[in-house]
Amino acid sequence: MTRLSNAFAKGRPALVTFVTGGDPTPDATASILDALVEGGADVIELGMPFTDPMADGPAIQLANLRSLGAGTKTADILRIATEFRARHPEVPLVLMGYANPMTIRGADWFAAECVKAGVDGVICVDIPPEEDAELGPALRDAGVSLIRLATPTTDAARLPAVLEGSSGFLYYVSVAGITGMQQAAQASIDEAVARIKASATIPVAVGFGVRTPEQAGAIAKVADGVVVGSAFIDLVAQHGAAAAGPVKELTAALAAAVHSARKGAL
Amino acid sequence: MQIWTFRKASAKRGAMNAQTPNSFRNQPDERGHFGQFGGRYVAETLMPLILDLEQEYRKAKADPAFQAEFDDLLEHYVGRPSPLYFAPRLTEELGGAQVWFKRDELNHTGAHKINNCIGQILLAMRMGKTRIIAETGAGQHGVATATVCARFGLPCVIFMGATDVARQAPNVFRMKLLGAEVVPVTAGAGTLKDAMNEALRDWVANVHNTFYIIGTAAGPHPYPELVRDFQSVIGKEARAQMLARTGRLPDVLVAAIGGGSNAIGLFHPFLDDASVKMLGVEAAGHGLDKEHAASLAGGRPGILHGNKTYLLQDEDGQITEGHSISAGLDYPGIGPEHSWLKEVGRVDYTSVTDKEALDAFQLLCRTEGIIPALEPAHAIAAVQKLAPTMGKDQIILANLCGRGDKDIFSVAEHLGVSL
Repeated sequence: MTRLSNAFAKGRPALVTFVTGGDPTPDATASILDALVEGGADVIELGMPFTDPMADGPAIQLANLRSLGAGTKTADILRIATEFRARHPEVPLVLMGYANPMTIRGADWFAAECVKAGVDGVICVDIPPEEDAELGPALRDAGVSLIRLATPTTDAARLPAVLEGSSGFLYYVSVAGITGMQQAAQASIDEAVARIKASATIPVAVGFGVRTPEQAGAIAKVADGVVVGSAFIDLVAQHGAAAAGPVKELTAALAAAVHSARKGAL
Repeated sequence: MQIWTFRKASAKRGAMNAQTPNSFRNQPDERGHFGQFGGRYVAETLMPLILDLEQEYRKAKADPAFQAEFDDLLEHYVGRPSPLYFAPRLTEELGGAQVWFKRDELNHTGAHKINNCIGQILLAMRMGKTRIIAETGAGQHGVATATVCARFGLPCVIFMGATDVARQAPNVFRMKLLGAEVVPVTAGAGTLKDAMNEALRDWVANVHNTFYIIGTAAGPHPYPELVRDFQSVIGKEARAQMLARTGRLPDVLVAAIGGGSNAIGLFHPFLDDASVKMLGVEAAGHGLDKEHAASLAGGRPGILHGNKTYLLQDEDGQITEGHSISAGLDYPGIGPEHSWLKEVGRVDYTSVTDKEALDAFQLLCRTEGIIPALEPAHAIAAVQKLAPTMGKDQIILANLCGRGDKDIFSVAEHLGVSL
């Protein structure tokens, strides 16, 4: 069992949380990550900032700019990951970001750095299965999970290609759109998750537009995990380096809703 | 600054011939790659649409009715073929090779951009899309897109960096007159790359009904290929016109490069004519050691906006802002086919500074009575250096890809004239 598969094998849905590394500063990220863990998050996604976050809405765009504006380098992100691993030996950590910062020094370099830093998986927004050679083989050789995205436009014919070579979990993006905007109708999420779970052998986590414990709880009734990002980014934007308290509070509320979503139903 | 000379380039090309492929005109491969460049680096949401677009484009390309409609619009709406013009006074002034221009600045809307927009809107309608979006830097592609949308009655949203909206007010007004909605983009530095990010975000959220008309030969496959094909009308016409007028092919082709659509449009039909040398001219801005927009000269390969190509970036792969006096060249990337043509050595690339372009702008006004856009002024600056190194029996053909009306205000400002 890996740290990632353990997170989805606790007999309850998992809470997956996202924050942008280095936002508001590289030094402030550690306390925010700790707050996510203490609040009950099962998987931590650490965003690698990029100048051109094309798939992100205004909240995460600004987080990327705040992070880069504070001077965050790739080396800082890897250091944040390494230190997180030392403090939390069992909590799975996933790096999420865009292709260019991940591949600029070569995919093998990036995969090796992930291993050194104790990173369990990588989500790369702009490398679809068609361009897998860019990053996939290097990650798989290094034993790092490549977590792919499926979307409402991923039809039945395409789904096997998306699943092929991915591991850890599948991230179902519930809306055709950018991060942090509207949430999809629950009925369409239920239908899509059922369809994907019929072919997937890995857990399916659902995200994009999920902000409240109520929304998260409703999704957790059908999905193996729920991803929340922009709601945390908003708290960091509002509270800056002092965001740990509010982040922990929101995490706890989300975790309670997600972890208990199927009680009574089962 | 490195100055490209005729002799140097000949020597270099000779050395490259050992590894010359059978044809330079059969790129990209079936996965949209030009060697290591190009590709489809997009979010999963867009992937099915990109595949659909590729399929539809294959069908359209093979459909004589599509080609006939494209040709008809280019002739009667755009005003093609554009003239091939021998520039006698400029030739005399430079004292070397004969200088000829492909006059794409005489097209409807004043630049080559319209060729591509006609092709793409026909594709959009074939695919049943009912809403058009586009990005624009200087506003030329925005105006061309708004124009074809008005012509075919489709709603049009143009994303334009807030900085560019401020410095290109006449084009913003033109787009609005043509019925387009212009959305100022404040993210980043508020220039072309930020406008492209925002257009991609809109597209991801509206894939069901929206067609994205990309303005240059870049972006995810099949865009670099289809934009090149639509712009290749420039080179096809020029090749036939030159043969008809002089009975021979030109010795050198010269074109300015931002994303590179006018250059690839001129170059592509000549790529297998071994005697024809080609020179792409990037914007060196304040100088290659300062702020510039020369991705090939000052960048390295990376992934942005759906393709792998040369990019201006730092050691972490963060994209840096380009600078050029010409808003149309102010982009930190370049079309992937140019990256490939540089690597295989078929095309040479150089760069000229803001100041050199400004001087060339005035030279053409004075010698030929033609006010060029600042983009082709870069090509003219390179011609200015190149022509004197060549014989009087040799021919340079440069692409005059846009007219300078839009640049009058910024040129006046740079020359210290208040209007």
